[in-house]
Amino acid sequence: MKPVYIHSVASISAQNTVDETAFLDDLVFYEDNVLPAIDPNYKDFIPPAAARRMAKGIKMGVVASKLALNQAGIDKPDAIITGTGLGCLRDSEKFVSAILDNNEQFLTPTPFIQSTHNTVGGQIALELQCKGYNFTYVHASVSFESALLDAELQLKNNEATNILVGGVDELGDHTTELFKLIELIKTEKVSSKALLESQTKGVVYSEGANFFLLTNEKDEKCYAELIDTAIFNTLKKDNLPTAVETFLNSNKLNPEHVDLLICGHNGDVEHDDYYEVLTSGIFSDTQQAFYKHLSGEFHTASGFGFWLANKILKTQTLPEAVKLNHVKNSEFGYVLLYNQYLGENHSFTLLRKC
Amino acid sequence: MDQGVAITGMGIISAIGNNVAENYASLIHEKKGISRIQKIDTIHRDEIMVGEIPVSNDEFIAQLGLPQDNNYSRTGMLGVLAAQEALKDARIENIDAYRTGLVSATSVGGMDMTEKYYYDYFTNAECQKYIIAHHAGDSTQKIADHLGINNQLVTTISTACSSAANAIMLGARLIKSGKLDRVLVGGSDCLSKFTINGFKTLMILSDTYNTPFDEHRKGLNLGEAAAFLVLESDHVVKAENKNVLAYVKGYGNANDAYHQTASSENGEGATLAMQQALKVAGLNPKDIDYINAHGTATGNNDLSEGRAFINVFGDEVPDFSSTKAYTGHTLAAAGAIEAVYSVLALQNNIIFPNLNFKTPMKEFNLIPQTKAKQKELKHVLSNSLGFGGNCSTLIFSKNA
Repeated sequence: MKPVYIHSVASISAQNTVDETAFLDDLVFYEDNVLPAIDPNYKDFIPPAAARRMAKGIKMGVVASKLALNQAGIDKPDAIITGTGLGCLRDSEKFVSAILDNNEQFLTPTPFIQSTHNTVGGQIALELQCKGYNFTYVHASVSFESALLDAELQLKNNEATNILVGGVDELGDHTTELFKLIELIKTEKVSSKALLESQTKGVVYSEGANFFLLTNEKDEKCYAELIDTAIFNTLKKDNLPTAVETFLNSNKLNPEHVDLLICGHNGDVEHDDYYEVLTSGIFSDTQQAFYKHLSGEFHTASGFGFWLANKILKTQTLPEAVKLNHVKNSEFGYVLLYNQYLGENHSFTLLRKC
Repeated sequence: MDQGVAITGMGIISAIGNNVAENYASLIHEKKGISRIQKIDTIHRDEIMVGEIPVSNDEFIAQLGLPQDNNYSRTGMLGVLAAQEALKDARIENIDAYRTGLVSATSVGGMDMTEKYYYDYFTNAECQKYIIAHHAGDSTQKIADHLGINNQLVTTISTACSSAANAIMLGARLIKSGKLDRVLVGGSDCLSKFTINGFKTLMILSDTYNTPFDEHRKGLNLGEAAAFLVLESDHVVKAENKNVLAYVKGYGNANDAYHQTASSENGEGATLAMQQALKVAGLNPKDIDYINAHGTATGNNDLSEGRAFINVFGDEVPDFSSTKAYTGHTLAAAGAIEAVYSVLALQNNIIFPNLNFKTPMKEFNLIPQTKAKQKELKHVLSNSLGFGGNCSTLIFSKNA
């Protein structure tokens, strides 16, 4: 089996992440419960006429994919695999509203066409004239990891050499209101610096696009090596330590090998205790980090976590703002990510310095 | 990557039957499931025809024994019914005996409930339970939960009309690479105002029975359905002495990269997908005995797919038919529905008729099989082509 490397990374998020050379050195702290992603200059990447027809999620996905491809110097990947929890929400909302408001009359096809979950993957393929494998995963908080797992399989088995993998989700006004209604989104505004102290139900919601070029050919520019990914539809808290150990053992590693654990804490008092099982358990002496106080929560927010892990491994630095404990490591060799949402759809992703 | 991928169970619910046996009976008796829509209140009722399953949500809730406060979308209920049948057919009693995953597919997801309660959510607390059931992964989680699939690899694919074919493809790859011992693969989509109006605005809905590959075809009929297959590794088949229905022998996915919704006129994406599938299967075009076509009966699809047949098979296009005239186009579920039909074709050595065909298309000399035909079948090829240029091909074979 071939090794898998992350050749390039690109992120559009609620932070200033578009500039590849920077690494969270100009942080934005919010006092809010919904964080729109910071728009890059779309005109630099998409002709204005085309951009006008695209909702934010499509634009973010197209730009992030271009950034990842440009950095890697790849014109056309062998495959494009995307993940999205809620798909093209704005176009979906636009089309449902139009159906209901006008009693199924005077509809135009554009929002319907663009509401399809694989719109971003299809658009990227169309623009690149990339006729290869093109999948879109839509399974809540493992949408991005499903894409990663698929790419990992193909690269390890040498079915492809370069694969563009990404996660994208956008905020939709109507859905945001509904999520507030049932308290999936916190009813109060929360400071980015105090997310974990909120002690309330729900999350700070956001959006973003995180794209990566994965390859099985090593290059001096590579960010990290992807060792393995695993997803689980359910996991009881009691079983978490065993599950993580089994995952590490299957890669001939133990918890002691992990230099940094990156968790998906999102400030939801009802579900953050999953992370605590690991942070105060088998990884209590391991350096720990978190990131959703910076990126916000959304179904593919773990793509931002993956971006963070890659940046840490390449630069060998851990930004102060993401530190979860005070354990210090001199070097980052193995980084393990753990994520779940609402206690479901758990994932482990293991990276190594290369 | 050298493992065989055995199909050991199947389940289906569609407009032509609530299980595999009923679907087969309808297929051989030319009994189509296309009618005027009953269960959705739409102003287009008299302008369209659909493949609707004649069972209400309340009846499904009773059948599944769901509590009154359940938040199942119709997509979820159809999916559970088909997946249950597949598991039973594969005689799986202890789901935890092997690493058993689930890969489902949907495009509609919980949209049927979202469009129903979109504004009511703000005033009626009772319906708010459906808010969290909107996302496409929800129906998959419900299926996993119902079947007792826990701590496992469970995911959902949504690539429009090729979704379920892609779910089968991923499942096959997970078995081949040894990531899983066993996986349920398939898809589910219910009818919704969203898709009815969407396809209506694209002006590709027929006002009468759809007529695949006919010169005078007027478009597609939407349908609703769910189907699942159980895929198992060689190891499980041997250890459990399983009865194998057929094998997933080849698969290919390619992108047409032509237009967001339309297929290219030269059928390049479908051509690439079929060629890739043949390569994976280690077969030559002449080895294919029957093609279950995507054949939606839209002007664009049938022309593009027909040209792709000629690109791949030249003058020797195998017997082919589209079964969409029976079920309508069941969108994300279509690839799984037609996988079940392809396996039934192999098991019974029969080619199902392409109903409603009268006049050959002027662009080429391709005539679908219009009557059920008995013939020894070894390899069946099934296409699923979708929005976003997504083209998928699966090859099912009698032997490993």
